[in-house]
This record gives sequence, structure tokens and C-alpha cells, in this order.
Amino acid sequence: MWLNPSNPQLDKKGQLHHLLTLEGLPAEILWQILDTAKAFVGTKVKKVPLLRGKSVFNVFFEPSTRTRTTFEIAAKRLSADVINLNVTVSSQTKGESLLDTVDNLSAMHADMFVVRHGESGAPHFIARHVAPDIHVINAGDGRHSHPTQGLLDMFTIRHYKKDFSSLRVAIVGDVLHSRVARSQIHAFSTLGCPEIRVIGPKTLLPAQVESLGVHVYHDMRQGLKDVDVVTMLRLQNERMQGALLPSAQEFYKYYGLTPDKLAAAKPDAIVLHPGPMNRGVEIDSSVADGKQSVILPQVTFGIAIRMAVMSIMAGTK
Amino acid sequence: MKIHIKGGRLIDPASGVDAKKDLYIAAGKLLAIGNAPNGFTANRVIDATGLVVCPGLVDLAARLREPGFEYLATLESEMEAAIAGGVTSLACPPDTDPPLDEPGLVEMLKHRAQSLNQARVYPVGALTQGLKGERLTEMAELVDAGCVAFSHADAPFADSQILYHALQYAATFGFPVWLRPQDSALARHGVAHDGPVATRCGLQGVPVCAETVALSTMLILARETGARVHFARLSSAEGAEMVRKAKRDGLNVTCDIAIHHAHLTEMDIGYFDSNCRLDPPLRSQRDRDALRAALADGTVDAACSDHTPVDDDGKHLPFAEAEPGATGLELLLPLTLKWAEESGTALAAALARVTSQPARVLNIDAGHLTTGHAADICLFDPERHWRVAPESLKSQGRNTPYIGLEVRGKVRYTLVDGQIVYEAK
Repeated sequence: MWLNPSNPQLDKKGQLHHLLTLEGLPAEILWQILDTAKAFVGTKVKKVPLLRGKSVFNVFFEPSTRTRTTFEIAAKRLSADVINLNVTVSSQTKGESLLDTVDNLSAMHADMFVVRHGESGAPHFIARHVAPDIHVINAGDGRHSHPTQGLLDMFTIRHYKKDFSSLRVAIVGDVLHSRVARSQIHAFSTLGCPEIRVIGPKTLLPAQVESLGVHVYHDMRQGLKDVDVVTMLRLQNERMQGALLPSAQEFYKYYGLTPDKLAAAKPDAIVLHPGPMNRGVEIDSSVADGKQSVILPQVTFGIAIRMAVMSIMAGTK
Repeated sequence: MKIHIKGGRLIDPASGVDAKKDLYIAAGKLLAIGNAPNGFTANRVIDATGLVVCPGLVDLAARLREPGFEYLATLESEMEAAIAGGVTSLACPPDTDPPLDEPGLVEMLKHRAQSLNQARVYPVGALTQGLKGERLTEMAELVDAGCVAFSHADAPFADSQILYHALQYAATFGFPVWLRPQDSALARHGVAHDGPVATRCGLQGVPVCAETVALSTMLILARETGARVHFARLSSAEGAEMVRKAKRDGLNVTCDIAIHHAHLTEMDIGYFDSNCRLDPPLRSQRDRDALRAALADGTVDAACSDHTPVDDDGKHLPFAEAEPGATGLELLLPLTLKWAEESGTALAAALARVTSQPARVLNIDAGHLTTGHAADICLFDPERHWRVAPESLKSQGRNTPYIGLEVRGKVRYTLVDGQIVYEAK
């Protein structure tokens, strides 16, 4: 059961207990995470003892290299013991239910679960069923949420742009299937960003997306006009042809980020991508490697953000 | 057994009676209303002071899970739930395993149900063999075995031609066909209303057009074939409007909603509450309000429980993986009363939606209180408040979005064929 039924991510004192989504998290908590991460980026010390004696279980029901690795590095830098479980190839294929898997892992005295799952809402489900002293961090669930990615994007933007209250931002591509887009939208809203745009063909935008507080554009040049931040979303291979899109080539022509389309944005606009990139599908190499790209710093900051989240949670027992 | 029901408020929507009147029952039949017949001596007097006395409820969709899903529920558990909810007649859809597509299966189910001596069970036969949407069932044989109508549950038809022929064949004999309007391709992989909540939660949506596209096809085929079509479980404002218009144009169709859709919306999914994983999905507030209005103005003929017992293994899963459905037999009455109170509908008119009107859809002699006819009666305390809790339910399915809700209206006695089959402790 939830510690705090009015907000399942917080404990009774209103502090961060689980990180499941950025929706509904108070701005103070977002700033706390961003500030803590900044301290980790600034330090030269490679290892701090904040999580010494704690066990962090990386429970991945869906394959991932990058996210799992950055969580592992972050936990190790905090001196935690890290156990990686690739559940796709073990118990789930033997028919064990998700609930049984979670119960078993809890019995191994985990302190923190870092969970990735293909179904939206799975981390909520797990958080609802674990013992009250276990923390759950969502490392990506279905199309729903990828909160640490959203936070590292905010960190990156803050690093280059300082103030959110004057930013015009655009998220481009497959918003329908993107947990990154949903996480960014909630974070931008909470941090006071005045104008959030989403750009894509109607087949890749979810129903009534405006209800999330965004402006919809189907023409990329219009959508990018005068923006400060551009986030390009990954287009998964299986979406590139079929009923949602005719071909990767046509998508690139109308929604791929090329230097010429980027010219519509402000001259100092920055370009983000959650990775892994499809060069020549959603983004042109000259933009990905260009001076407006902040894609590699995103990866670096990702470790600091995950350290911040884990250390804040470990401190709120 | 001679029974005298004394001092209650008699509400019989079919005859328009709403007055303080006594009932006299003998040999399973209602003997007299109002004054005692000459020489009547009761074996049992039920003091109905403060209670509403109405026809036993008629539920158009209650899954008993037999045959095939006995691990989820059995006839014993679900029939007990029915009478505890005041339901004396229920129609069960053919989505069993195997589906109700053979006379033997139907006879077995009827026999099993009769031997329990509780509510009356009206099997709805499968329209196609195995509900595969390809070959017609032996409908006339199935009717002889006890089927009252034919449906395709939630299974898709291979193509519209099969549906067309099924309706033509059913119309030949005048058999009613109950159809759930949902285009399976448009609803593919969908688990929630295609609106703001699905967008926010990242759930695959079921658009309203999945209902309206199917409804449009079915309305045209109903007109074309002359089949008597009943639409099961409408979920959208647009769907209700299409049926309203069809009825106005003189088409002989009827429809129902699940009572959940008069109360809940997509917002109730909250933090992925799998008890709100229902089929059809909970839609927007606008849809809910339109369905409530359609139930009030008669566009929607009946409210049903859409009773679907699911076990914990089926619900303790991430939202999209959870089995759809909610238990409902014991909540049909209180949820109907709640709708009546909130919408300002008179009690008698509200009860018509769960008694006389569904009986008319089923074309059975039930849902009314008439001397000389079977005494199927529900007595309930309209002022009794109770909280819905898993342990308060007789059904083996404890899955309901209403856990923790305080509702009003508690069944005190249920009579079938003049026998007291349920008496609240």
C-alpha cells in the first residue's frame, strides 16, 4: 500500500520515497534533485559513502544497456552493492508472475529497486506491493514515464539555459510511444516553462495531447520557430513502416532535424536526444555532432542525476 | 408455503403501482395484492415495514464462469451472489469455455442452475461455432435447449458477411441477437478510453469510433435483415445518440449499459487501478453524463451488472495485462439507486431499468408483480447504508472499483417462485 495515498511517490512527511513519474512531484523536489546532482557534477571525488551497506537491485524486464549502466555506475559511486537482474531471460520466461518476482527480490533484502518494464504502470504496481522500507525507481515503463531521463534533460537544459521561466521548448517525433516526451512535458510544466510544443504527424501524437498542456504543430519549421530547446525523440525501428508512417525516408524529410530546419529555432537553441539515435532518420549527423548538440553532456549528467535521486531517497528513511 | 408480506412499500414499475400494499403468496404464485384472499392463513409473515417490495431484479449480463472457468467462480458462488443482490433472473453470455454453442452445454447449464433452486438462468447462445465468427450455430436447436437470445460476446466476426448472414438466419426464426458494438480492429490492443488519461498514463487507447463504426454497421444490417437486435453495453455519448436516433426512426432495437458506466470515468483509473480495467473501457465524464441521461430518457432500456468475477492473479498485474471486468451482481441495486438519487429519477422509474425493461428485452414473464404469476420478489431497505468490502461480497470475484465506497440500499429478502431463497442476517 502507499505510504501517502494522496501522492504515492512521497512518504508521510512529503519527502521522496519512490520515483515513478515526474507528474505530480512538487517543484521543490525537482529542484532538490537538480541541485543535488549539480553538487555531484562539481565534485572531483569519484566515490562517496552515502549508500554504503545498501543493496540496489537493477531489475530490468526489458533490455537496456545505457540506462542500466548509468544506474549501476551511479550506485557504485555511492558505495552501494549493485545486483543486476535481467528478468526477461530468467523467471518471467518460466512463467513466474511479476508479483512473485517482486516478493522474492524483497526477501533478498533489497533497499532499492531500479525497474524497467515494458508495460505502462508496472513500477506503480511494484511500488504498491513492496515492503514499506523499499524504494522503487522507475527506469522506464512502457510509454508512460522515464523520470530520471526527464530529470537529466532538465539538468542539461538548466546547465545551458539557466532559467526555465523564459524558455520556449519543442519535442519532436514519436510522442505517442515516448515515455521521455511525457516525462519532459510534466517536468517543463512543473518548472515553470511557459511554452511547450510537440511536433509530429497525427499518427504519432496521442489522443487529446493538448490536455497535457502542450501546443501541437504538424509543420516542423513552424513548430521550431524561435524555440530555445529542441528534443528529438527516437523513432523505433518497428514504427518506421506500416500504418503509422510510410517510411523512414519520408519521416526524415518532414520531421528529421536537419541544419536547415534547425535554423528556424533561435540561433543559440540547444538540441537534445535521449538516445540511442537513428542518424538520418530523426536527426542529421551534422546536427547530432554540431555545436548546438548537447547529447553527450546528457549522458554525463545522467549519472549525477541518478546519484542524486538515490542519495535523496536513502536519506529519507 | 403461504407468505404474507406485510406493511411494505410496493413498487411495481410494470403496472405503475407505488403504494403501501401487502402481498399474499401461495404455491409459488402471487395470489393477491392489497387485501387478503378469503381464508388465507400465512405460514410466514414477513414484516416489510420500511422496506421496498419490488419485482426481483433481471440482469442482462452476468458471467457465471461455468463451464470452463470454475477456478474463477462457480454456479454455487455466483448464484448466491445473485440472490444476495436481489437478482432473480439473469442472462449469461456465451463466453464460457467451451462457448455455449451446443445444445448439450446449454441443457447442462440450465440443469445445474435449476438444481440450485436460486435465481433463474437464461443462457444466451453463441451466434457462431466456438465464437470464432465463421460458422453459424444451430440456433433453433439451441433455443429448444433453453437459449433466449444469441450473442457474440466480445469476439470479432471474421467479416461483415458472416454478421449479415447470422442476422438473416436469426431473423428467419425471430430470434433476438445481442451485439456488443466494438470494431475489433479499431480497438486492437486498447485497454483504456483513448483520451487524456490514456495519453497521460501511456496506455493504448480504445477510440470512441471503435464503438460507433461497429454500431453504424450493425444498425444498417439490423434494418436490412429485420433482425431484432439488442446492443449490449454502450459506452459513449455518440453511441447512445445513434441508438436514440435509430429508435426515433422506428427501428426495433434496444440497448443496455453496464451500471459502472453511469458512475465511473477514465479518471477513476488513477494510479493504474486494475479494478478499473473494464471492457468497454470507462470513458470521459461527458460520455458518462450522456449515458446517465440516456438511461433516464429511455434510450437505454436497461442497466446490467456486467458481472465478471476475476481472481487476484488476474488483477494483480500491470494495468494493461490485467483481466478486464468487475464483479457486480451484488452492486446492481445500490448502484442503480445511486444513479436514481443523483439524477433525480423516481424510484419506480429507476427500478424499471433493472426489472420490467430488461425482462422485456429478454422477452420473459418476469420483472413484474401480477397475480397468478410467479412470485419473484426483492425486498430491500432503501435507507440502509453499507460499505463495499471484499468480505461483504458473496461472489467469488472480489474485484470491484467500488471497494471502500459507501452505498445505500441493502437487500433483505429475495423470493423466487414464492420461496424465500435469501434472507439477510
